[in-house]
Amino acid sequence: MSYIILIVGMGIVTYIPRMLPATVLSQKKLPDILIRFLNYIPTAVLSALLFPSVLVTGHEINIGISNPLFITSLLTFPIAYKTKNMFLTVIIGMIIIIILNNLVYT
Amino acid sequence: MTSTEKNQLAFGIKRAMPIVMGYIPVGFALGVLASGNGLSPFETGAMSILVYAGSAQFIAVNMLGAGISPLPIIITTLLVNLRHILFSASLSPYFREVNKKLIPLISFYITDESFAVSITDVKEKSLTQTYFLGLYITSYLSWVLSTILGSAFGSLIPDTKALGFDFALPGMFLALLCMQLKDMKTILVALAAGALSMFFFFTVPGNWNVILATIAAASLGVFLERWN
Repeated sequence: MSYIILIVGMGIVTYIPRMLPATVLSQKKLPDILIRFLNYIPTAVLSALLFPSVLVTGHEINIGISNPLFITSLLTFPIAYKTKNMFLTVIIGMIIIIILNNLVYT
Repeated sequence: MTSTEKNQLAFGIKRAMPIVMGYIPVGFALGVLASGNGLSPFETGAMSILVYAGSAQFIAVNMLGAGISPLPIIITTLLVNLRHILFSASLSPYFREVNKKLIPLISFYITDESFAVSITDVKEKSLTQTYFLGLYITSYLSWVLSTILGSAFGSLIPDTKALGFDFALPGMFLALLCMQLKDMKTILVALAAGALSMFFFFTVPGNWNVILATIAAASLGVFLERWN
């Protein structure tokens, strides 16, 4: 019973921040400064998610060749930047990390 | 369904593929952790269905394992998931074309990953609710199913790391980030967000690094525009 209360509670507090701005703001004209702020959100959030996900292993910063995620990101970056192609970047990156994990880091 | 709608649906499902590849290993890992902490596959699946938020679910499962009561877990979930406000607000101008009644449904599926893909796509071309539902529900199902499977068959699941799946989400973030880098301002915003996110990761507990770094770096972008 308390588990049901828990997950329903978690569901509600997660749903409201997801739903409310989209529902309310989509019917309104936003102030110019807010639009310009929101325009930077994708850039900022992608970078904020990416950096720790490839530069932190365990609980330490690892910017070196012993970190396969970091090396794969470096090698994949030119492909991502040149092609702007999400699939190609992900697939080539996965192939690179498989090769690194099997040949270099074993 | 018209052929345009079919195209929109197919495009949405196709764009979900990197998310699916990323969610499978993370969902498995959460399922394994949940069953280790005494949750049944049914309970794990019910949480994924209602909450659908990876990092909050990891924290909740850990807190459950430590015997913590529901209220602190719910409050922590709220705090960890507040960053969705920014995503929901950013998507709102693009929801004008979406059937008003569907916005409360579509916005349920906003995650870091589904937001990142959809905001990139809607800026490039005109997309409808069918695209959003295709992208979002495909991602959702992959999360729900992989957490249930991880919880039920954790020990039987092969090492997805050997298949390169651990680079699926970082690779996707990297590609989407490169699509955003259009001028010096966006490059500076990206560098500031990355550096601040690392800084807050180590200095502020409780997954606050993403929201704090995002707000600070986006504000920097607005400031740089004024200064130019």
